Amino acid sequence: MRVPPGVTPQDFSDAVKQWQEALGQPWVFTSDEDVDLYRDSYSPFWHEDLEPIPSAAIAPDRVEQVQAAVKIANTYKIPLWTISTGKNLGYGGSAPLLSGSVVLDLKRMDRVLEVNDKNHYALVEPGVSYFDLYRYIQDRGLKVWIDVPDPGWGSLIGNALDRGGGYTPLRDHFDAHCGMEVVLANGEIVRTGMGALPGSLTWQQYRYGFGPYVDGIFSQSNFGVVTKMGFWLLPEPEGFKSGTVLVPRHDDLVPLVETLNYLMNSNLVQGTTTIGSPLLMSRAARSASGGGSALVMSPGGPSVEELEKIGRDQNLAYWNCEMSFYGPPKVVEAQWEYAKQKYSAIAGATFIDGETYKLPFDLKDPDKLPKRQFGIPSLTIFGMMGRSEGHMWFSPIIPMTGEAVFQAQKVFGQAYHDMGVPAISQIFVFPSSFFPRSFVILCGFPIYHDVEKNKKSREVFKGLVKAAAEHGWGEYRTHTAFMDTVSDVYSYNNHSLRRFHETIKDAVDPNGILSPGRCGVWPKRMRKAEA
Amino acid sequence: MKRVKAAFLIGLGMTLALPTLAAPDQAEIERGHKVYDKWCFPCHGTGSGKPGTDSLAARGQKPAVLEERTDLTAPMIKTFVRHGVLFMPMFRKTEISDADLDAIAAYLTRNNKP
Repeated sequence: MRVPPGVTPQDFSDAVKQWQEALGQPWVFTSDEDVDLYRDSYSPFWHEDLEPIPSAAIAPDRVEQVQAAVKIANTYKIPLWTISTGKNLGYGGSAPLLSGSVVLDLKRMDRVLEVNDKNHYALVEPGVSYFDLYRYIQDRGLKVWIDVPDPGWGSLIGNALDRGGGYTPLRDHFDAHCGMEVVLANGEIVRTGMGALPGSLTWQQYRYGFGPYVDGIFSQSNFGVVTKMGFWLLPEPEGFKSGTVLVPRHDDLVPLVETLNYLMNSNLVQGTTTIGSPLLMSRAARSASGGGSALVMSPGGPSVEELEKIGRDQNLAYWNCEMSFYGPPKVVEAQWEYAKQKYSAIAGATFIDGETYKLPFDLKDPDKLPKRQFGIPSLTIFGMMGRSEGHMWFSPIIPMTGEAVFQAQKVFGQAYHDMGVPAISQIFVFPSSFFPRSFVILCGFPIYHDVEKNKKSREVFKGLVKAAAEHGWGEYRTHTAFMDTVSDVYSYNNHSLRRFHETIKDAVDPNGILSPGRCGVWPKRMRKAEA
Repeated sequence: MKRVKAAFLIGLGMTLALPTLAAPDQAEIERGHKVYDKWCFPCHGTGSGKPGTDSLAARGQKPAVLEERTDLTAPMIKTFVRHGVLFMPMFRKTEISDADLDAIAAYLTRNNKP
């Protein structure tokens, strides 16, 4: 049996026995065969000693068992690594950051506690996946939509706590939550917001309750174990429409994004929008760029003028943007007409009218719908993974401006060039508004069972984090392998934010048992001295 | 533990020699169908956007939809579920229990010829 760091075999053996009594023997996993299932299927450390390996896994079924499990860990100072469904693939999956941690697996807590289609909210446990909640709603004919990230097998709670995003007007998943139940390191239960009021009738309807609002400190953190969480849902709209604007020239991106900002920040365009480029995705442009993605502007690649000429010759727009509209058919048609009017100020702008759906009639064949925009979970995204054995995401936030996109193209193109890596080896997602008022750029690093390739990917990943930070851009979340790296660049005033996080950590988890190292927050006994 | 290598995917096209096992009963097959629909169909089912089916089709596996195969074996199915392959991750016992996995295997081998 593997043993957690800093714990004697005898203490660990005693803890395992107590967990078996509290949770039931089948739900305490200690054999290598069972525990290995908690390794990161997409680990960038395959076949290396650096790969974090859990020592055991425990799977409570209800909150009282979580309390008991945490108290036992606290007694023996055993590090726990909490997962909800463990499907955070690309960001670390189910594996701990600290090798030897015991995985606290909440998948068995998979109850949908309430769905209300009059006030439009749900209350769920951590093991509830997007598929689970979608089926629950469909089976009962409830008139609400959920918002889904790309893979539908993840946990609503896990994704929201990692501050993931989706595609509908409620796409900012942490922002869409309302009320939490949290088990602290000492085993005590806290309910946030209106949940602090015994008998409250508005836990999922009013976020803030009374006094300091603390929900945020339980996201991307290790201050507690979230065991219930409420989410606001979208009333099933009466209609949906999409529309695409296309602009011919490179510099047209600036007014395109300015107009998009106006429309989105005025709530006239709702849901995630992604900047695209028929030109840069064309065979001709990719060929001129050395066969790789033309999203990044690599030194020695084609100039803007050369690319614009390809666009003129082949009648390809330099940029485009597809937008989503939710509401009654007459309203969404009017919103699209207004959007077209605003974009018409850009010379040469053209438009593609997307389909208008009248709901609920057009919902009958989900396969024909734009699933992500309709909150229908799927695993379609994995179709872009090709022959890789996983991936990890580099995901910086940049300003929502055309100028920032231009700069990012150059900065990351130069960074790849300097590190001797062709941009062709990466998966790029164009700038997207997964969160209001900013763009996320996603660069996917393929993972292989090849030590040298993965070492190089890790080196390049760190190089991109550094290059981004030098230009004022930071990651919105990251793989466990880079949590310290990313935390290091959020260094304003001698890392005052991280030191504040550490102050909280030391107060609420003095033995440092909960998810050590998560997002750069280490407990005192494991902390390196600040430089 | 070593993960299944990509080359092992070829194994999906092979029939392994196995001792004769008692045929699963209909109730187990039906239960396996339900478990399959929950855990496997979103990737390996029919219809658009099923990356597991698409991946097998791209590798010339016929039929690419697992439910239509008649050459899968229980050990093969269990190996893929517990070890993963390419972008398919491994599945833990809190997701698919050993009993559920037996049921999936019963369902996916229901049409195998003796």
